[in-house]
Amino acid sequence: MSETIKISPLATRLIPCLDVDRGRVVKGVNFVGIRDAGDPIEIAVRYDQEGADEICFLDITASHESRATLLDTVEEIARRIFIPLTVGGGVREVADVRRLLNAGADKVAINTAAVMNPNLVKEASEAFGSQCIVVAIDPKEVAPGKWEIFTHGGRKATGIDAIEYAKKVAALGAGEILLTSMDRDGTKSGFDLKLTKAITESVSIPVIASGGVGNLQHLVDGVKVGGADAVLAASIFHFGEYSIAQAKSVLAENGITVRDDFNQK
Amino acid sequence: MQIAIVDYGRGNLHSVHSGLEKAVELSGVDAKVVLTSDPEVIAAADKVVFPGVGAMGDCYQQLLNSNLDTAVREAFKSKPFLGVCVGMQVLFETGEENGGSDGLGFVKGKVVKFAAEQGLKVPHMGWNEVFHNDHPLFEGIPQAARFYFVHSYKVQPADIAVQQAHCEYGGQFTAAVGADNWFATQFHPEKSHQWGLKLLSNFVKWNPAKS
Repeated sequence: MSETIKISPLATRLIPCLDVDRGRVVKGVNFVGIRDAGDPIEIAVRYDQEGADEICFLDITASHESRATLLDTVEEIARRIFIPLTVGGGVREVADVRRLLNAGADKVAINTAAVMNPNLVKEASEAFGSQCIVVAIDPKEVAPGKWEIFTHGGRKATGIDAIEYAKKVAALGAGEILLTSMDRDGTKSGFDLKLTKAITESVSIPVIASGGVGNLQHLVDGVKVGGADAVLAASIFHFGEYSIAQAKSVLAENGITVRDDFNQK
Repeated sequence: MQIAIVDYGRGNLHSVHSGLEKAVELSGVDAKVVLTSDPEVIAAADKVVFPGVGAMGDCYQQLLNSNLDTAVREAFKSKPFLGVCVGMQVLFETGEENGGSDGLGFVKGKVVKFAAEQGLKVPHMGWNEVFHNDHPLFEGIPQAARFYFVHSYKVQPADIAVQQAHCEYGGQFTAAVGADNWFATQFHPEKSHQWGLKLLSNFVKWNPAKS
């Protein structure tokens, strides 16, 4: 028995993620040739040059005072990179989405606010188009094969089923899902592949797998086992353990389509 | 030389602006890039870039509300003109989005939604291979170079002769159109890294024969 599966001609996107607190990359970056290891602008430019397919910038600043700084940083990054830029963190209302898009973000990720008020996804996608609305989902496994949405960095349970929620935000107009396993985030033990597969099979919009990448095989598994359209990682790139190019060649060796046609003359 | 980007309240103008500025730098051409919603600035510009994101109907309405449709029409007819993404779609006659909406009708044909087929996601979002004709805007760009797309609708030109590039996604679709002095892309050159900047720099250098 054989099954015909259409293979997407799209390259699997490789997305380095910058977690930024008060204008500084939090986890630190250990790059040769970077003057300021905490400067998100310099790091974003570096990833663009190395062949990243997109940059994800997550503002984890707690305070409101630094929002203005955030917009300046987004504006400067947008001016200096020539690949898509997704920005998230602290988005509470349509006006926040507008401000970030006006500052140069191509997509805006909505997290907690969408859990509290799913209609925000509808309002934002109607106002700006689904293509720029990413819903960030942070689930934790609460029983085997059952995941629940958590907020506040995985500390607060909501009682909402992750798969049902993913379907709901897709129906409300989300253009993409950024899926971060709270069980795996920061563990370097690989994506939660069961969760990734469960979500990618439930929605017809693209899914970015996130949380737990510790080596390049994890990226391969996220695509081949989890069915992710894009894979996101932070620390493996920041600390120079692996380069973007190395990650892409390992993906390619495993039969995954990547964008590797840049830097040709 | 002055290149005007039409600002009608729709589109990620920052990206288009910085992409063009980078392209000007790469091309070595002495050119200034301006964002404008003034019809006179558009009329005086040497080249015009017409971006757009979101829904085609909204873009069209917004263009009419900004009283820029006449200036865009004149530019389309008379000078090097580059439409980007929904800025390309709006050039067509009709769209299916939001229950059927009108476009400028400069290019004969329609805009239709991608069908969500097995294994293919909509929006068509990401880097896809572009196969192009021998057009000056693709000079120096290899076949199958990847460009960044993000859209749920695709154009269907009535006259296939205007198609300058195509792409595969559940069948072939039109990735770029053009004739005479105008050109338009479904992908975002300003977000397409090296090859996108190359295309923009080709546009900066482009001197199409007057039709």
